Amino acid sequence: MAQQLQFAAFSRILHWTMAIMVLAMLFIGIGMVASLTDYHWLVSIHKPLGVLILIFVAVRLVNRLFNPAPPLPQGMPPWQRFAAHASHVVLYALLFALPLVGWGMLSAARYPVVLYGPLELPPILPHDAALYAVLRTVHTVLAFLLFATFIVHFSAALMHALIYRDGVFQSMASWKKRSGRFAVAKQG
Amino acid sequence: MVNDPSSATPYRLRALADKRILARLAVIGAVVLAVVGCFAYVGGWLSPNRLTQARMIDTFQEVNGVHPGFRRNHAKGVCIAGYLESNGQGARLSKAAVFRPGRVPIIGRLSLAGGEPYMADGPAAVRSMALAFRPPDGEEWRTAMIDIPVFLVKDPESFWEQLLASRPDPATGKPDPAKMKDFVARHPETARALEIVKANPFSSGFANSSYNALDAFRFVSASGASTPVRWSMAAVDPFEPETPGQSAAQDKNYLFDAAIARIGQAPVQWRLVVTVGQSSDPTDDATIPWPSTREHIDVGTLTINHIEGEAPGNCRDVNFDPLVLPSGIEPSDDPLLSTRSATYSTSFTRRAGETKEPSAVQTPAGGKGA
Repeated sequence: MAQQLQFAAFSRILHWTMAIMVLAMLFIGIGMVASLTDYHWLVSIHKPLGVLILIFVAVRLVNRLFNPAPPLPQGMPPWQRFAAHASHVVLYALLFALPLVGWGMLSAARYPVVLYGPLELPPILPHDAALYAVLRTVHTVLAFLLFATFIVHFSAALMHALIYRDGVFQSMASWKKRSGRFAVAKQG
Repeated sequence: MVNDPSSATPYRLRALADKRILARLAVIGAVVLAVVGCFAYVGGWLSPNRLTQARMIDTFQEVNGVHPGFRRNHAKGVCIAGYLESNGQGARLSKAAVFRPGRVPIIGRLSLAGGEPYMADGPAAVRSMALAFRPPDGEEWRTAMIDIPVFLVKDPESFWEQLLASRPDPATGKPDPAKMKDFVARHPETARALEIVKANPFSSGFANSSYNALDAFRFVSASGASTPVRWSMAAVDPFEPETPGQSAAQDKNYLFDAAIARIGQAPVQWRLVVTVGQSSDPTDDATIPWPSTREHIDVGTLTINHIEGEAPGNCRDVNFDPLVLPSGIEPSDDPLLSTRSATYSTSFTRRAGETKEPSAVQTPAGGKGA
């Protein structure tokens, strides 16, 4: 019986759309807090993009139930399996937490959460400056954690693509229909 | 499952001696480092001389000292509340809910420019009025205005340079006048703005001061037409010049105490006047006044009927970010707007997390007025 070697097309589309959004978000976020004249236009992308990411990650979580991830290749060492699963759990958790903490901190500061034009989100926390200060710090810490997790994820993807060549990278990256077995590259 | 057990070894990097594998590892390392490097560059870590929000606020702290819990600029202030009675005239140019005929509740803050929360009131300090308009079924609008007719600098770099020039000399404890003179000499726009400011005497108090938003904005009408505007709160109380006797008073808070007394007697009013710009009027330079012949539209009357000391949850805990705008009001291309939004935000974040000391200006319990 042929093994499932690839993520479903919908899962791949979600993954790569989110990859672009999240990477853009990380760079916009780190750039805007250091900017003066570019601050406003960057913030006005940051807020609606954050909400879009929150919606996408929710859709992705539900999608996982219908389109489960393909199994990892046989022979992959247990520590790598653990690292793969753990980093995915951390990525999902952060992609939920960051937009929610951002929304919460703006609520606690009593900033209107303007998305676009007259479209605004309601506050989810009461006006409380001290709470804002805590959440603002949490937002930064989680964002650095997300960037670090992204770097681990990205490095691992490149290792699978160029060194291990075990089909794990292609299971997300290839647009060709793949079936059969995981190819295991011969090394040296 | 695998073809050959011996081939299940791609996960062991014993093939490191293989030059091709080493080269690929080097490529991976380079790509990952490049991404981290870009992130660090965008975040400003690779360019320590970049003028960032943090650097601007750090400079305020260098000039004024750190006063935990207080705004880094306009540190001394008092909270006010009341309402705007819109007459509907503003709706011609802006679709914002605040300009529909009717009453819009507001909260606000009167303050003095400067980063020292306990400084003595004086004739030289610029006065400001910050407001948050909160229409019951519309978007919030915040504005922070000051009582001089034009701003003294036009961009963040000049603002920062001027701030540095005002830094007290460690030897004398006072700013070095030569530095400020040098700054003005290098900034003709500041020299011109100073002339205009000097030609307009200060009034005797907060209540009979008029306050100007200075930076240009754009009003967007229901039909989508975009108009450059500036706005002011024009005092209804008659103008009286500040007299030397006032600042000689023993009361360090004489300006604020007079405002508290005035509002305690009867509500104070201002007219919200919108100046309609033309396409030839500069929107990106707050040091340049627009011609006085421009159309002025009186869009409503502001009534302040309540004043109280800063306390948890009131104006103390609000950031009067000038870019909290409803749909119908948009920023212009003035670089100071985004700069103000950014630096106010850093100041707010820092003070929000600090332990608070009581503010200099206090009112009897419950505040004064209705």
